[in-house]
Amino acid sequence: MNKLILTTLCILLTSCTTETAPRNTGVYMLLDTSGTYAEELTKAEQIIRFTLSRLDATDSFAVARIDTGSFSEKDIVAKASFDDRPSAVNRQKRLFAQQVSDFVENADPSPYTDITGGLLQAVEFLNEKGTGHKTILIFSDLKEDLEAGYIRDIDVELEGFEVIALNVTKLRSDNIDPREYLGRLEEWRGRVEKTGGQWRVINDLDGLEGLL
Amino acid sequence: MSFMLGITPWPVLSAILWIILITAALYLIRGTAHKTIQAAAGGLHRSFKIASKAVTRSEKNLAVRNRDVLLAAGREAKERIIEREFDRINETVRKDLANYSALHRSLSESIGRIEKDHQEAVDVPPDPPGWVKAVEAVAEMDAKEGRAHIGSILSDIHKSLIKAHKEAMTAYHTASAKRHKLLRHMRPDWRQIQQTLAAVGKNVDSLLGRSVTIDRHMQEYEDIVKGQDRAISVLSSSSLVNFFVSAFVLCIAIGGATINFSLIARPMAEMVGGTSLIGNFRTADIAALVIILVEISMGLFLMESLRITRLFPVIGALPDKTRVRMIWITFSILFLLASVEAGLAYMREVLLHDELATSALLRGEIGATATGEYMWITTAAQMGMGFILPFALTFVAIPLETFVHSLRTVVGLIGLSFLRALALTLRLFGNVFLYLGVLLKQVYDIPLFVPLWLEERMSAVGAPSGATERGMEI
Repeated sequence: MNKLILTTLCILLTSCTTETAPRNTGVYMLLDTSGTYAEELTKAEQIIRFTLSRLDATDSFAVARIDTGSFSEKDIVAKASFDDRPSAVNRQKRLFAQQVSDFVENADPSPYTDITGGLLQAVEFLNEKGTGHKTILIFSDLKEDLEAGYIRDIDVELEGFEVIALNVTKLRSDNIDPREYLGRLEEWRGRVEKTGGQWRVINDLDGLEGLL
Repeated sequence: MSFMLGITPWPVLSAILWIILITAALYLIRGTAHKTIQAAAGGLHRSFKIASKAVTRSEKNLAVRNRDVLLAAGREAKERIIEREFDRINETVRKDLANYSALHRSLSESIGRIEKDHQEAVDVPPDPPGWVKAVEAVAEMDAKEGRAHIGSILSDIHKSLIKAHKEAMTAYHTASAKRHKLLRHMRPDWRQIQQTLAAVGKNVDSLLGRSVTIDRHMQEYEDIVKGQDRAISVLSSSSLVNFFVSAFVLCIAIGGATINFSLIARPMAEMVGGTSLIGNFRTADIAALVIILVEISMGLFLMESLRITRLFPVIGALPDKTRVRMIWITFSILFLLASVEAGLAYMREVLLHDELATSALLRGEIGATATGEYMWITTAAQMGMGFILPFALTFVAIPLETFVHSLRTVVGLIGLSFLRALALTLRLFGNVFLYLGVLLKQVYDIPLFVPLWLEERMSAVGAPSGATERGMEI
């Protein structure tokens, strides 16, 4: 009888102390601020607010700009790892929204677009946070334009990541030759899926329900 | 198949040969086959019969046990009722009849006063007036002297008479007034006696009523002790009613506990974190559940200490001083937990507003969540519920006790029905196998109808005719 009780207690304790996989979510959003795309930032703000409303305690969220050299912490506009307490989470969300709002009002267009650098930074950030689900949102037309000397011909390890391209606008040249646009999308899909990531494109910003 | 039909050049002939061979083989082993079928069917029949008997024995044992449990529960319940009735009688006697000596003295004093007043109030006739003497004087004068002064004498007598009458009337009025006064003094004494006697009568009536109730309960108790069928039947039906009623009340209590849980689970996340898990459950949910369970436990202990329920005999058997101390301790803990719950309910409302404000801000609806003028009503209602529900859950102890006690009977009845059904099924299967054996033997004989017919004919020819006839008659 004593053995039975002891065994039951051991099983209970083991079940309590067994480490379970993290269930929280990490989101890293890259904002393209190059050229005319900077005008789209108000839409990005809406997406950020929507994302904030979907995130919960212990989730992580960061918003970073894509500029000439995006592989840098300096490009992070706002970041937060939400607290365990609901009241603190609400405070953090309000502060985050305010920081993004300030950025959108004062954002300067950048001459170049280093999406790969931003992606590398996102992977680094989310791996460091160790969240259960990792999502990278790219708010860009996906047209990479690197300054001379920047090397970005690197395979980014995206195993376990979901990469979602948002509001991929068509450029004037895309209208002339749609193959450019389709090719761009296909190229990014290939890059992401090649290294184990999942790829998705959402252009209809009214249908963000399935975003997270 | 082709091999079987190929033993002769003609398949039909082969088939006929096979049929003859198989029939012959079946006929030869017919006796053994019949015995085998009989043995198998009989074995199965007996096995099922034995199993059925075993189940029936278990059913009887269970029925006896159920009967004992039911009688014990009924006896205990009846003892409690009778004990309570005696307590009430004791209380009545202690409260109302303990001061019987004082009551008796009061009645005696009142009666003594009345008697005294009554004696004093006896109607005393007034003294005879003085005119008798005057008449005597007149009579003497009439005999000795002349009658010259009779007129003046009579006039004097008349005056004396009037004077005496007046005095007598005055004395009479005075005496009457005095008697009336005494009689007036007697009235409150009468009333007091009447009231006292009415109170005594009421108490005695109450005692008589209770004694009738006790007689009835004692009769039922005797029936239970004797184990009479009527008592068993009453107890059984009453137990079933108790079971369903208490189950219904417990369902309501579970509903209350669920509401209580939803009131405190959300704000509990502020204390223990919103995402930490124990197993697959949120720690906040578990903490809220634990608080509610502790409240229910405290309620149980409180009810036990108050001797309203008897789930824990240890608590009921505690010395009165310890028990009273326990009442206060459990009540204090319950009060503190209720206060904590009220605070958490308030916190819930605050968090809800905060969350709504944040959501509105994120949706870009500034000012959409401006709190209404009457929002304090919901806050107050939530706090009130948070405070009251723990005390309301305290009373769960009563239906829980009834449920636990009646559950034994109900489980026993269900077990009894199950065993009865099982015994019936086993008996049924046993009989099915018995008749299946008979059927199989008949089926076995169907292809052997030719040799059997021949056998019958041959035995009929070989046997004496009288025997055959007798056999036919039989």
